[in-house]
Amino acid sequence: MSGWTGKILQVDLSERSVTTLSLPDDVYRQYLGGRGLAGYFLQDATDFEWDDPKMPLALCTGPLTGTTTPASGHVIFATRSPLTGAHLDESVGGKLGTQIKAAGFDAVVITGSASSWVGLEIRNSDVRIADATSLLNKDTIEAANALYQFNAHAVIGPAAHSGVRFSSVLVDRYHGAFRGGMGLGFAAKKLKYIGVTGSRSATVSNETLLQGAAEDIRRLTAASSILKGENGIANLGTAALFDLIHTRRMMPTANFRRTFFDAAAKLNAAQISETFEVESFGCSGCHISCRKRQTNATGLPDYEALAHFSALLENDSLRTTVSANALCAQLGMDPISAAVSLACYGEIRGITLNGEQILELLTDIAAGKGEGKMLGQGSLRYATKAGRPECAMTVKGLEIPAFDPRGAFGLALAYVTSTRGACHLRALPLSHEILRKPVATDRFSFSGKARIIKIAEDQIALVDSLTTCPHLMLAASMEEYAQALTAVTGLELTTADLTQVGERIYYSERMRNALWGFDAREDDLPHRFFNEAGTSGPAFDVPPISRNEFLEARQRYYTVRGLDENGMPRQDVAKRLGLKWKN
Amino acid sequence: MEKLIQKYVRKLTHQGLVQADSVLMGGLDAEFVWNKTDKRISALENLFAGLNINSFLVATPSSPIADIIAYLSKTCGDAVRPSDSETRTFLHDLPIAKSSDTTEIAHHLNRRKCVLLPDGSIAAYGTVSPEEAFVTFSSACFAAYVKFMSDCLLGVRDGNITKDAKYVLQKALDALQLPPVLTPPVLPGPFNSEAQIHRAMSEVGRHTVDHRLVDSHFGNVSVLWNNIVYISQTGSSLDELESCIDPCPLNGSSSAGITASSELTAHRRIYEETDADVVLHGHPRFCAILSLDCSEPNCPTRGQCHIRCDKARFVEDIPIVPGEVGTGSFGLCNTVPGAIKGKRGVIVFGHGLFTSAQKDFLQALQNMFDVERMCAEAFIHKIQ
Repeated sequence: MSGWTGKILQVDLSERSVTTLSLPDDVYRQYLGGRGLAGYFLQDATDFEWDDPKMPLALCTGPLTGTTTPASGHVIFATRSPLTGAHLDESVGGKLGTQIKAAGFDAVVITGSASSWVGLEIRNSDVRIADATSLLNKDTIEAANALYQFNAHAVIGPAAHSGVRFSSVLVDRYHGAFRGGMGLGFAAKKLKYIGVTGSRSATVSNETLLQGAAEDIRRLTAASSILKGENGIANLGTAALFDLIHTRRMMPTANFRRTFFDAAAKLNAAQISETFEVESFGCSGCHISCRKRQTNATGLPDYEALAHFSALLENDSLRTTVSANALCAQLGMDPISAAVSLACYGEIRGITLNGEQILELLTDIAAGKGEGKMLGQGSLRYATKAGRPECAMTVKGLEIPAFDPRGAFGLALAYVTSTRGACHLRALPLSHEILRKPVATDRFSFSGKARIIKIAEDQIALVDSLTTCPHLMLAASMEEYAQALTAVTGLELTTADLTQVGERIYYSERMRNALWGFDAREDDLPHRFFNEAGTSGPAFDVPPISRNEFLEARQRYYTVRGLDENGMPRQDVAKRLGLKWKN
Repeated sequence: MEKLIQKYVRKLTHQGLVQADSVLMGGLDAEFVWNKTDKRISALENLFAGLNINSFLVATPSSPIADIIAYLSKTCGDAVRPSDSETRTFLHDLPIAKSSDTTEIAHHLNRRKCVLLPDGSIAAYGTVSPEEAFVTFSSACFAAYVKFMSDCLLGVRDGNITKDAKYVLQKALDALQLPPVLTPPVLPGPFNSEAQIHRAMSEVGRHTVDHRLVDSHFGNVSVLWNNIVYISQTGSSLDELESCIDPCPLNGSSSAGITASSELTAHRRIYEETDADVVLHGHPRFCAILSLDCSEPNCPTRGQCHIRCDKARFVEDIPIVPGEVGTGSFGLCNTVPGAIKGKRGVIVFGHGLFTSAQKDFLQALQNMFDVERMCAEAFIHKIQ
C-alpha cells in the first residue's frame, strides 16, 4: 500500500539478531502507524515489567511521514514506563521519523537486552548492532556530536545510566522522548544510541490531492494567531504561552501552592529574546519552526520547562532557568519531572532552592548521588519515602506539567484520564479552555467536558498515529488531515473510520493499563487541588475544584468512554473495537 | 450543555438567521439534550456516535438564504465552491446532500463541517460546543449569499442568467436592507481608561452585528491607547466582546495577546503607518460581492486573485486589495495598512472591509455603513 513501506525492523539485542517483518494490510488499516502501531506491538506485553527483556521498545512512523504533508515527520516512541508502570508513548520531532521511513521501515521494534552497551546503526537496509563502549562516559551532547555521520540519532545520557526513572532520550540534540523514563527503557536494554540514515522517498498515491490538502493546512496555520501570529509560537516558541497562563492565574508556583508568580515579567518570552541571541528551527517537514535555541547552539526552554524551573521553584533568574533546562538536556532528564521533584523536595524540606542548589541537585540526580539518588526515582516515590505523599504533584506517578488544573476543569479531567499520567497534550483541552480553538469553552465548568475530552483523546491518538505534530490541531483538524491520508494512501477513509481508529488506540492503552493494575484510584488528582485555592485574579477567583463535581464528571467520562464505574474496560466494547480481550 | 443549546437557538433567531421554529439543535455529554421534540431525533442521535461530535444543528435559514441554498443545491453539483476568503480558509467548500436523510447528512459531515440540504436548510456540528455549529451555520449563510450574488453579477454581464436565478435574485433584492444613513450613537473619545475602551469596543461590535455588517464570529475591532493595542480575541463574537479583549503592547513586552485576533498584525501596522486610534473590520456582504466582480476573465492571475491580483481596483474611492487571513507571505497585513492611508476604508478581496478613525469609533462605523451602502447600490445598478 502506498504510504507505508510494509516492513518492520525487529531487533533482538539478547540474540543480537536483526530481522524484518511484514504486517497484514488490515493491521495498517486498524492502527495506521505511530502510536497506533506502537500499541499493536505492545498488546502482548502485558505480563512484562518495564525492564523485562521481552518488553518491546517501539519506534513507529506513520503513513504521512516523509511526505509533504505539513508537520507530519514525528516518530512515536513507546514502551511501559519505568516511572509510572503504565503505558508510555511520546511523539518526538526532529528528523528521526523521516529517516527511519527513508531507510525503508515503518517501525523499529527492539526487544532483548545486550550483554554490553550497544548502539543500533541503520543505513538503509544495512542494520548493525555496534559496540557503544566508547560513548559510555559521554553526555547526550557529546554522544550526539560523535554520531554526526548519521542523518538522525537518538541517545541517552548519564541520568539513564544512573537509573533515573525520568531519564530521557535526546533526539537530534534538541528534540526527544522526555516523559515517563524512556531513557531508562533504553538503558534496560543496554542501548546507548540509535543512528539512522535513509535515502528512499516516501510513496504518495495522489500528489495533486496531497498538494491541495497541504495548501489547506498551510492556509489554516497562516490564519492562526496561536501558531503564526506575532505573539504565536512560530515567533516566540511555546514560551509564548508564559504570559497568557500567568494572566489566567494558572501558573503553578511553589509546588502548586499558588497559581501566580510575582516575578513572571522577568522570565517571559520577551525577556528571553532580550537576554539571548535567539534563532528558530523546526522538525523535518514543518513550516512553523517553533523550536528556539541560542546562536551558540544551546537549546532554550519550552514553556513547560520555563515555567517549572522558575515559578514552580520560586526562582526569578532567567539564566538559572535556561541553565537548568540545558543541564537536563545534557544529562538526559525530563525537565518537567525534574523540576516537580525539586519543588516537592523544597516543600518537604521547607526551603526555597536558590539557583546554585537547583543546578547542583540536578547534577546529583543524574549522578545518583546523595539526595539526588532518591529524587531520581521521581517525586511520588521520594515524597512517599519521606512520609509526605501529599507533596507529590503527580497523576499515575507522572509529574504534572506547568498548567494548574484549578484554572481549567477540562484539563483537570484530561490529566486523570490520560493513559500515560498527567499530560496536557493527550486531549489538548487548553485549545478551547484557554486558546479559544475551535471556539472557547467555560474553563471553570465541567459541563460537557466528559464527551469533549473523550472526542479529543481519540483525535489526538489519531494525530499521533499519523505522526503529525499535535500543535497543528490548534489550527487544522482531521478534516484536512483525512484528505492528506487519502491522498497518500489511496484509501478512502472518512472521519468516522478514523474516529474509530483513534478510539481503538485509546481503549487498547486503557486495557493494558488495567492489566497493569490501574483503575479509578489512579484516575485522580492530588488532594491539594480539591482543598486549596489557587491565586485569584482581579476579576475572578480560582477556588479549589469541587470534589463532587470532579467525581461526577469522571463518572460521565467513564460512561462516554465505555468503561465500567470503576474505570475498567468492558469486554463488549473491546469486541466492538476489534481488540483482543485478556483477563 | 442545555444552557448553551438555548443560547445559540436564541441567537440564531435573534440575529434573524433562521426561519422561526425550524431550528433543531442537540448536544451530548453523557446524555442528550435537544431544544425541542422532533421525529428526526432518534436517527440523529445515532449520528453522534459515528461522527464523534458533541453538538448538532439543522435549521432553515431565513429568506432569501434558504432560497439561494435550494437554488445552489440544484445547480452546483456535489458542492458549492465559494470564492470568499473565510469559506476558502475555514470551510473549503460546502457539500450538497441529495436528500435530507440522516445517512446522507452523516456521509457529508464525515468530510466537512456542514452540508447544504435540498430544501435550503443547513446541517452543521460542533466537537466542543454548540457554538461551533452556530459559527459554521452563519458562515455557510454568508458564503452562499456572496457566491450566489456574485454569480448573478457575472451572469448579467455575460448575458447568461437563468430564469430560476433571476427569480431567486429578485427575492434577494426584495429582502435587501441597506445600512442606515446615520449611525447609532457611540461612546465619544478620546478614551482615558481601559474600562472606556472595553465599553467602546463592545458597543461598536454590537452595532456591527446588529446591522449585519458581520455575520458570525468573524471580524475584529481594536483601539490604540498608551502604546497598547486593545483588540478583540480570536474567534470572538463581536456582539459579546465584554470579556474578550486582549491588550497587546506595541513594544512586544508581553505575549499574553497570543489569543488576540489573527489580524493583530494588520491592526498594528495601520497604527504604525497612519494617525488612526481605532480600527474596525467587518464582513459586509456587498463589499465582498463587489470585490469579486472582475471584468478581466483572461487575467494571468485568474483563480489566484485573492493573493496575486496586482491591478489597482476600486469601488468608487475604496481600494480593493488582495490578502489572506493572518500573517503569511500573502497575508492581508501586507496589503491593507499601506492602502488605507487617506481612505474611508479598504476592501480585502472576497473578504470584508477595514475602516479606521481617530479618537473614537464614530467615523469608522459611519464609513463602514456608507461603504456597504455604496457597494449595495452599485450592485443594484450593475444588476439592473
